[in-house]
Amino acid sequence: MIVAEGLAKHYGKVTALDGVDLQVPAGTILGLLGPNGAGKTTAVRILTTLLRPDRGRATVAGHDVLREPAAVREIIGLSGQYAAVDEHLTGRENLDMVGRLYHLGAKTARARAAELLEQFDLSDAADRVTKTYSGGMRRRLDLAASLVARPQVLFLDEPTTGLDPRSRLGMWDIIRELVREGATLLLTTQYLEEADALANEIAIIDRGKVIAQGTANELKAQVGGERVELILADRSEVPKAVAALTSLATAEPIVDEDTHMVTVQVEGGTRALADVVRELDTAGVEAQDLAFRRPTLDEVFLSLTGHVAEEESQQS
Amino acid sequence: MSLSYAVSDSVVITRRHLKHTTRIPELLFFSIMQPIIFILLFTVVFANAIKVPGIDYKNFMMPAIFVQTMAFATAGTAAGFADDQQKGLIDRFRSLPMARSAVLIGRLVAEAARNTLTLFIMIGAGYVVGFRFQGGFLPAVGGILLLVAFAFAFSSIGTVIGLGVKTVEAAQMAGMIWIFPLTFLSNGFVPMTSLPGWLQGVVRYSPVTAMNDALRAMFYGHGRALTSPTLQSIAWIAGISLVFLALGVRQYKKAGS
Repeated sequence: MIVAEGLAKHYGKVTALDGVDLQVPAGTILGLLGPNGAGKTTAVRILTTLLRPDRGRATVAGHDVLREPAAVREIIGLSGQYAAVDEHLTGRENLDMVGRLYHLGAKTARARAAELLEQFDLSDAADRVTKTYSGGMRRRLDLAASLVARPQVLFLDEPTTGLDPRSRLGMWDIIRELVREGATLLLTTQYLEEADALANEIAIIDRGKVIAQGTANELKAQVGGERVELILADRSEVPKAVAALTSLATAEPIVDEDTHMVTVQVEGGTRALADVVRELDTAGVEAQDLAFRRPTLDEVFLSLTGHVAEEESQQS
Repeated sequence: MSLSYAVSDSVVITRRHLKHTTRIPELLFFSIMQPIIFILLFTVVFANAIKVPGIDYKNFMMPAIFVQTMAFATAGTAAGFADDQQKGLIDRFRSLPMARSAVLIGRLVAEAARNTLTLFIMIGAGYVVGFRFQGGFLPAVGGILLLVAFAFAFSSIGTVIGLGVKTVEAAQMAGMIWIFPLTFLSNGFVPMTSLPGWLQGVVRYSPVTAMNDALRAMFYGHGRALTSPTLQSIAWIAGISLVFLALGVRQYKKAGS
């Protein structure tokens, strides 16, 4: 549904994109994961006809973004990084305006606006100017605006950046619902966890290049996956602990003699943590501290690129 | 993109901006107060200090105040476009299958309506301090239309500024800073003959001078209405509008890239 080949874009000497290939089959979500400045937004802007690439080509539902931009705009929805709503209009007026600009006709635009306000839990605030909306409400309205014309392909650029955890989970539910309804979606995010929760396939982008692509599980396996870290009260217990956990580990456990810390790579999420506790219990080993850890974006980066993500990325 | 979409999309955008006028009362208040203050200030401060042979000074400079206030439309338009760009609305509009000229035309039409309102308020304030139309009804209407068209042309300059800078503050400054020199370097507030000789050469060809002369003819019957200054003004307005609208649409098409 979305195909990009060799997209490149430079701003003066800065390389924003350096030969990006992407494919999103119909009815699936691709998560484009990377830190600030990696080129995610540039890629989205090219695919949504807002920006011309220096090199490369891209099609959306078979329409070339450079040669048939008008046809592409008819079938896409875009929700950008900033909630692009008119703050002096009400929520209803915003959606109505977008509907009319999609040429739905006054009556359909009005009906569609009401329907979306209901769906996005904004009916009560529908006739207030959006200046009075919370950040989460504005984001929901912005997403609703991108859905006005029931687009076949949806682009969401960091849909949850800046939202509080509760609003973020609400946004996840909405996005999952869209996909159940059969939307094709390209989503950018700085959060590994978000890509993991929503996307069928994840492409990791760094310095304008896709450096890894695969399902969440494939990537995690590649990066080192989840692990349990335990700190033992007594150094003499270390070999016993290692022996007890070898059967659960997906790689050789790592031992730090100074801190008495044993790091065991596992898979299976927090269930693995329960298994570790059971094995330790059976072996009679007492842990002073025990933690389950997933790879953070920084670790993914470190592992894949050998350098840390350049911008501070907040993990939640 | 068909012409009918260009029109209907522009109407949608015009409605958006006209709603803004009622939603931001403080903006409306200041855009009404500013011209009133200008008229009172200039007439009270300068009326008796400057003498122009053959015409009451209030009447002499009134057209110039009108022209100056209309020229200030540039800053408002520039700030508006910069704000839309900063908030991501330009991106949103550009991702929609709407006419590429509608975001510009829609705003400029709404601003023409607002400028017309401003102009009538100024004329009302002018009447309080002694301004009178003396050239007949039709020339007066012609002068008002000329002023609204002049504001439209300057708004189209604001389009290019607003889409070209990154912040609202920069847009406001860039839309404002040259307006005072442009409007004062004319025959609007002092007669041309009182200016240094080298400056007269510049001032003679200023669009503001053409406007001042045209309006004096239309409002006071100083010379015939449809004469060289009027035609020059129309040419300036058409030229500025065409050039800057074309530049503006071009900038809009590649905004943010």
